[in-house]
Amino acid sequence: MKVKMLSRNPDNYVRETKLDLQRVPRNYDPTLHPFEVPREYVRALNATKLERVFAKPFLASLDGHRDGVNCLAKHPKSLATVLSGACDGEVRIWNLTKRNCIRTIQAHEGFVRGICTRFCGSSFFTVGDDKTVKQWKMDGPGFGEEEEPLHTILGKTVYTGIDHHWKEGIFATCGQQVDIWDEQKTSPICSMTWGFDSISSVKFNPIETFLLGSCASDRNIVLYDMRQATPLKKVILDMRTNTICWNPMEAFIFTAANEDYNLYTFDMRALDTPVMVHMDHVSAVLDVDYSPTGKEFVSASFDKSIRIFPVDKSRSREVYHTKRMQHVICVKWTSDSKYIMCGSDEMNIRLWKANASEKLGVLTSREKTAKDYNQKLKEKFQYHPHIKRIARHRHLPKPIYSQIQEQRVMKEARRRKEVNRLKHSKPGSVPIVSEKKKHVVAVVK
Amino acid sequence: MPGIVVQTRLVSGILLKIQILKILGKMGKRDGKINRTVSWDLVLDLPFFRYSCISCHSEGREQGPPGPLRASRPHSRWRLRLPTWYSADWMRVGGLPGDTCASVGQLRGVCTWIVRRVGRMETAPKPGRDIPPKKDKLPTKKKRPRRYWEEETTPTAAAASPGPPPNKKRNRELRPQKPKNTHTPKKSRVSKKPQIVQKPRERRDAEPPRSLSGAQDPFPGPAPVSVEVTQKFRRIDKSKKLPHSKSKTRSRLEVAEAEEEEISVKAARSELLLAEEPGFLEGEDGEDTAKIRQADIVEAVDIASAAKHFDLNLRQFGPYRLNYSQTGRHLAFGGRRGHVAALDWVTKKLMCEINVMEAVRDIRFLHSEALLAVAQNRWLHIYDNQGIELHCIRRCDRVTRLEFLPFHFLLATSSETGFLTYLDVSVGKIVAALNARAGRLDVMTQNPYNAVIHLGHSNGTVSLWSPAMKEPLAKILCHRGGVRAVAVDSTGTYMATSGLDHQLKIFDLRGTFQPLSARTLPQGAGHLAFSQRGLLAAGMGDVVNIWAGQGKASPPSLEKPYLTHRLAGHVHGLQFCPFEDVLGVGHSVGITSMLVPGAAEPNFDGLESNPYRSRKQRQEWEVKALLEKVPAELICLDPRALAEVDVISLEQAKKERIERLGYDPESKAPFQPKPKLKGRSSTASLVKRKRKVMDEEHRDKVRQSLEQQPQKQEKAAKPTGARPSALDRFVR
Repeated sequence: MKVKMLSRNPDNYVRETKLDLQRVPRNYDPTLHPFEVPREYVRALNATKLERVFAKPFLASLDGHRDGVNCLAKHPKSLATVLSGACDGEVRIWNLTKRNCIRTIQAHEGFVRGICTRFCGSSFFTVGDDKTVKQWKMDGPGFGEEEEPLHTILGKTVYTGIDHHWKEGIFATCGQQVDIWDEQKTSPICSMTWGFDSISSVKFNPIETFLLGSCASDRNIVLYDMRQATPLKKVILDMRTNTICWNPMEAFIFTAANEDYNLYTFDMRALDTPVMVHMDHVSAVLDVDYSPTGKEFVSASFDKSIRIFPVDKSRSREVYHTKRMQHVICVKWTSDSKYIMCGSDEMNIRLWKANASEKLGVLTSREKTAKDYNQKLKEKFQYHPHIKRIARHRHLPKPIYSQIQEQRVMKEARRRKEVNRLKHSKPGSVPIVSEKKKHVVAVVK
Repeated sequence: MPGIVVQTRLVSGILLKIQILKILGKMGKRDGKINRTVSWDLVLDLPFFRYSCISCHSEGREQGPPGPLRASRPHSRWRLRLPTWYSADWMRVGGLPGDTCASVGQLRGVCTWIVRRVGRMETAPKPGRDIPPKKDKLPTKKKRPRRYWEEETTPTAAAASPGPPPNKKRNRELRPQKPKNTHTPKKSRVSKKPQIVQKPRERRDAEPPRSLSGAQDPFPGPAPVSVEVTQKFRRIDKSKKLPHSKSKTRSRLEVAEAEEEEISVKAARSELLLAEEPGFLEGEDGEDTAKIRQADIVEAVDIASAAKHFDLNLRQFGPYRLNYSQTGRHLAFGGRRGHVAALDWVTKKLMCEINVMEAVRDIRFLHSEALLAVAQNRWLHIYDNQGIELHCIRRCDRVTRLEFLPFHFLLATSSETGFLTYLDVSVGKIVAALNARAGRLDVMTQNPYNAVIHLGHSNGTVSLWSPAMKEPLAKILCHRGGVRAVAVDSTGTYMATSGLDHQLKIFDLRGTFQPLSARTLPQGAGHLAFSQRGLLAAGMGDVVNIWAGQGKASPPSLEKPYLTHRLAGHVHGLQFCPFEDVLGVGHSVGITSMLVPGAAEPNFDGLESNPYRSRKQRQEWEVKALLEKVPAELICLDPRALAEVDVISLEQAKKERIERLGYDPESKAPFQPKPKLKGRSSTASLVKRKRKVMDEEHRDKVRQSLEQQPQKQEKAAKPTGARPSALDRFVR
């Protein structure tokens, strides 16, 4: 007879002293871990609930401006520095870590229409209603010196926007036409127009740095190549586009914030169909900015809220609002992709977390693994109806909520009419136009 | 001698003495003077440098030196740019050109440096490794030493033309490295897939990367994993084909599958770390293990194991029911005449002992050893480990059997009144009370795999219940005459039943509920229990029989018992102790703890149920377990159903969408030929092109349907073949 009994030595399973760690032998045999899927599901549900519990995105409000904040600019080298221009011509430079204003400049008479920093971070440019372009030093004036711009350019017409080249000493302004300036000269290198309407914003492409995009109030978005003196092509939409923003990771992609409550992501090679139509706002979208990862962007709207959209999704993943925040005019995603700043009508700049439930500060390794595990679980079970409902739920202020209901009814009525028309006419005579193509009027080359 | 001489021993055991002549690049100086700090770095880093082989080619190989290397002149300085930091094999004996030769390399991207071999290199004596270098060396002794670069240019030619070889040749040399080569993609696929054991011969054929030193990795590639073990950890059924879906979805599915495979391979590798081996009992040739008595086993095993065999003589309080806790550390038992006790049976420390002054029908530990549910004559009572009554649950009356579902925190009770009641012990609420409509219920067990309750009825059926459904999930006709006992094994694959017809049957619970084997017992079994490793114990009168299967995943074979034991009284309750080779038997004159080698899972998981856990660990576990309490509604026959696609509601949603929109947005638009930009594009040709595409689509459809037909026929043919015919019994 040969016999062996299972006989464990307790010393192998119990810690020796109280100062030791507990011994935890593992065995990954699935029969010892029954109900794997239901238990993971419950964990995912708990993680989703906790995410909503800890969703406290609002960090700080920077107050000090005496009129609505009209434009914001990031510092290219310092994460903590932010510049803002207000409707009374005042420019303020803020320190985000201390959350205070470090410098105030009365830059223009009337609005500060646009502000941008030089790529090296040593100076910044502002344009205002007083038909001037001014260049300022980033550091304050020394003791006894007066606050004065480095350069001032007097123009003939009002400039409505400005953007700086990403690598060279060149900047572009817009107003009646798009002007491209050398920093050293007082007259533009070239001016480009297409149509006669005023142009509201101009943006340099961060990758293909000689490309520019602008949007004008005659409903079009025009693309330019700096190397040739004429515009490339333009697309005409249903309504006016307020601003555009280029994707910092994909050179061809840009997103346009439109008056018709939607945002359109275009591939500049094929302008006739937008890659994606992003709809969730209930009023005109005023500004848009990409995250440095190029995967998401944030939009500011007249409906007193800001929303975060994934680039490939048509619905927003997040909406931020507070009771006191009025029409949001400008928005920026910080360069570390962790925070969002928005400037609004009621003179405040607000700082938000880009990921509402993220824990700030240093995480221990256990926290980190727990976070990663929960993230994976949430991803795995995201389509289960119960989890989806909890993850999607957002509280909305009453005006926005009722607006959404109202617009849903309107949209449904329009759709019903279309379907009826399709049903009762000769097959093929009423074309089916997809939502993407509906809003593009024409592409001109 | 200018520069610094460095002596180092490489991983392969070669002692190497090299002189650093010159350091170029960022930190070095052009004039040949060596920056002191840099050279110090070099000395420090040398033993570890990961170096791409400038050549891993011995004579006779067709492959030339790798692309980036350019050998302009032998016995002179050659330059190389190293693509990856790979291995240090280039410095093997004889592999480097003579003493005069210097080479230029890059060290960790810091600087470019020029090295010359100075000292003699010797190989550390290593037995067993001599053969491959010898192979290389022997011809070199006889012949004039040939170098790898001689394949492209003969030494005389090279001396005549010191310049770099013409472009054309270099291109040709580069080619074998490109992925177009048939060999490389195969290799890459192998590396992506889990490394399951393959025949070593195949490996050898695939030309293992040989180093310049001729030394070969004795165990090339990742460590092997056996297929059966990986199969155990596999969650996705690979035999199912991926659905025809869009490329994005498809690629995602493929990624998920690859990840899954990787995980299963990793889990299989971790098997190596398991500390304990399962027990066994083997008779010498011809000896029947069933004839081995408990006393023999006790004599043969170590003292600690022998102490696990004991008898409790409790003649007064009549037949006993017993229950082990989840961890297998604690034992509770209750006698018909009211005696209830709980103890740590390993140390034999008594936790409590009371007499409830009422008949005890069944007893069960709740999620931990601190709580005890006792089914008494009238109501269900809950005690703590001191014997203090915590609750009296009057909604569960005349309970006959108790089952606790540990992951759902549900206590299932079956009663004389014919109700199956689920009590949530974490909140104290009754989740469901189901009327089985089959009279008195006194045969109940749970399926540990899916938490379905199996009830045995007097009409010979076993019904399967979940709290989410008012009706049974399934009813299985098992016996002629009533069902006496039911047991389900830990993988949820097999169910054993015994009935009044003296039959013992084993059923397959995967899908069909067909009996796998049956056997008539002289007395018929009144109590059944499965162990963690699939042993089946049956209590028949005062005898306990245990049957064993081939392995862990196979059903017990009922031909020959593995062990038998005769007790002092009639069996009234049976349970295998988790994680110990012990079978607890409650009988009319007390409790017996039997030794059954090979019954239990040897390696427990410390995070699930740890027999050695401390109080703190238990508290921690309790909180975690409560946080992930599985809702009662999720109990169903297939616990993995939650991870699968809900096809029905998906199709319903699709249908609704089409109805709402008035057209199918995902349908493929009919082909519209584009008019040609150049040349004529007559209507006839347009129609012709359109026709061509349509015909092609039609042909595809026909082809698909033809492919499906034989499969359908096979499916249709199978059941007729499988159906037993009256003549089958004559087939031998």
